[in-house]
Amino acid sequence: MEMKTTSALLYIDGVSVSFDGFRALNNLSFVIAPGEMRAIIGPNGAGKTTMMDIVTGKTRPDTGEVLFDGGAHDLTGLDEAEIAELGIGRKFQKPTVFDMHTVEDNVRLALKSDRRALAGLFWRDSAAERERVDSVLTTIRLSGVRGRLAGSLSHGQKQWLEIGMLLAQEPQLLLVDEPVAGMTDVETHETAELLKEINRTRTVVVVEHDMTFVRELGVKVTCLHEGAVLAEGSIDQVSANARVVEVYLGR
Amino acid sequence: MAASPSASAKPFGGPLIRALDRGGVVFVLIVAAIGILVPLLNLLVPPSSPLHVPTYIVALWGKYACYALLALSIDLIWGYCGILSLGHGAFFSLGGYAMGMYLMRQIGPRGVYADPVLPDFMVFLNWKELPFFWWGFQSFPYALLMVLLVPGVLAFVFGWLAFRSRVTGVYLSIITQAMTFALMLAFFRNDFGFGGNNGLTDFKDILGFNVQAQGTRAALFALSCLALILGFVVCRWVVTSKFGKVLVAVRDAESRTRFLGYRVESYKLFVFVLSACMAGVAGALYVPQVGIINPSEFAPANSIEAVIWVAVGGRGTLTGAVLGAVLVNYAKTSFTSGMLAPYWLFLLGALFVLVTLLLPRGIVGTWRYWAAQQRERRAAQAAPMDHVPAPAPRPAE
Repeated sequence: MEMKTTSALLYIDGVSVSFDGFRALNNLSFVIAPGEMRAIIGPNGAGKTTMMDIVTGKTRPDTGEVLFDGGAHDLTGLDEAEIAELGIGRKFQKPTVFDMHTVEDNVRLALKSDRRALAGLFWRDSAAERERVDSVLTTIRLSGVRGRLAGSLSHGQKQWLEIGMLLAQEPQLLLVDEPVAGMTDVETHETAELLKEINRTRTVVVVEHDMTFVRELGVKVTCLHEGAVLAEGSIDQVSANARVVEVYLGR
Repeated sequence: MAASPSASAKPFGGPLIRALDRGGVVFVLIVAAIGILVPLLNLLVPPSSPLHVPTYIVALWGKYACYALLALSIDLIWGYCGILSLGHGAFFSLGGYAMGMYLMRQIGPRGVYADPVLPDFMVFLNWKELPFFWWGFQSFPYALLMVLLVPGVLAFVFGWLAFRSRVTGVYLSIITQAMTFALMLAFFRNDFGFGGNNGLTDFKDILGFNVQAQGTRAALFALSCLALILGFVVCRWVVTSKFGKVLVAVRDAESRTRFLGYRVESYKLFVFVLSACMAGVAGALYVPQVGIINPSEFAPANSIEAVIWVAVGGRGTLTGAVLGAVLVNYAKTSFTSGMLAPYWLFLLGALFVLVTLLLPRGIVGTWRYWAAQQRERRAAQAAPMDHVPAPAPRPAE
C-alpha cells in the first residue's frame, strides 16, 4: 500500500470493527501529534478500549488505516510483540503486573532489550541496566519496595508499577487505560503529576472516566461515542458541547 | 541508589552459579550420594550383610529415578510456564521406543527365529526386510540421537501449531491428551512396525553388556541418577535465567508479556521442546531397566499420573516434582504388592483431590511458603517500622 505522508505520530483513519454484528468502532478517525498528551473520554461502550486494542495489535480492524511514526508503519498488519517493539506501550485498565516477581524484576523484564528467547537464556546483569531500573523505580517512587513481590503491592502502587514498566520499555507512545480507577484523591493527583512528567519526553494517550483528573491534566480532549469521535477540544469546550452533555447525562 | 533491602531483591545473579542455590546443591548431593552408594552397596557388599542392597531394589529405584526425570520435565513447563501437558507420557514412550529399537537390533541372531537382522515380530509378520525407520538403530549413538530427536521434533511440530494458534489452558491439555491417545492406537497396530501390542522386549545386551546382569543394572541406576542431576541443573539454569523470568511472566499474565514485546510462542515452544527431550531421555533409561516397552506406556492415564506426582510434590519447585514422583511411586509399589492392590487407583484419585483441596502448593511448595512467612515474621520483629513504605511518600518539596 502507498504510505501516507503525515506528521502525526499516530494516525487513525476510518477505522471500523464489529463483533458479532455490534459495531464497536464506526469510522473512527483522529490523529495524535508527536509530543502531545491527549485525553480520551466517553461513556461505557464508546469504543475506548477497542481503539487501544486496535492500536496495540490485539484486534484487527475490518476497515481503516492505523499508521505510526509519521506514516512509517502500518499497524494493522502487525502483532502485539512487533507493535510493542516499534515503541508503543500499553497500560491495561485493571493493573496487570507480574505478581510472582519482585517489583524490580517487573521493571527489569520491561526494560527495552533484546526480546528473543536465546538472549534471555544467556542474559547477564549489567551496571547500565541496574541504573535504568533504579531510575524508573525513582520516577514511579517505588524504590523502597523494590524487593517486594508485586502481588503484595497496594492497588495504587500496582498502577504505578505498570506505568513504570511502560517507561522502562522506552516507548514513543504510551497508551494508558484508566490509570486512576480505584485510586484515592491524593494518588489521583500524584498520578496526574507523574503523567505530566512522562509527557515531557513522550507522547501519551490517556483513556479516563474521571473528569476531575482529565481537568487536572489540562490537555486536549477527544470524546468518543458509539465508536466515533463526538467532540474534540479543550475540556471546557467539550464539556460545554450539547451533544456531549446529552450522551453523558442521557437525554 | 541505596542497597537492596533483602536478598530476594538480588535479581538475576551470576551466570552458572546462580543455577545452584543452597537447596539445589543439597539436592544434587543427595541424588549423587544415592547414585553412588546404592550400586556400591549392591555390588561390593555380600548379600549376607544387612547393608546389602538387593538387585530388585536397584532396578526399582532406577525406575523411580526415570519417573523423577519425567516429573521434572513436566514441572518445567507446567510449574513455570503454565503449560499443563496431559500427554507427556508420549515423549517418554517415544524415547523408550528409540532405546528399545536399539536393544532389539542388538539381539541379532539370538532371537527365536534366529534372523540376523529382523527382530522376531517382523519375521512372524512375514516381513522380508527392515523398514526404513529401523535403519541405523544398530548404532548406539544414532539411537541416542533419536531418543532426543523424535520427542523433540514431535514437540516442535505440535507446539508450533498449538502455541502459534494461541491454544492455551484446558484446550491445550485436551489436545496433548489426544496426541498420546492417537500414538497409543497407532503403536497397538501390528503393521505400524513397532511390535504391536507386545511392544519390544526380550532384550539381550546393551553396548555388549547383558541387560540382566547385576553390574549393568547398577550402572544403569547410576546413569539414571546422573541424568536426573543433569536434568535438574538444566532446569535450574533455565528457570533462574531471564528466560525463566519471562516464563513465569507468561504463566501469570500472558497478554502483559506480549504487550511488553515478548514473542510468547517462541518462549513456550523452546521450553516445550526442551521438556519433551528430557522426557525422552527418561524413557530411554527406563526401558533397559524394566526390560520392555509396549503401547500401554502411551496410555493417557500414565501421563495424568505423572502430573499428579508433580502436584503432590509441589509444582514450580523442581525438587518437589522429584520428591512427588518418588513418594507416589513408592506408595504405589507398596500398595499394589499387597491386598490393597485393587484400590490403588481410587487412592491415587483421592490423593489428587486431597492435594488440590488441602495442599495446593504441594509438599515442597507448602514448605517453602511456610519458611518464607517465618522469615518475614522474623524480619518484621527485627525492624518493626522498616518495611512499610506503602504508597511511598513524595519528597517534601
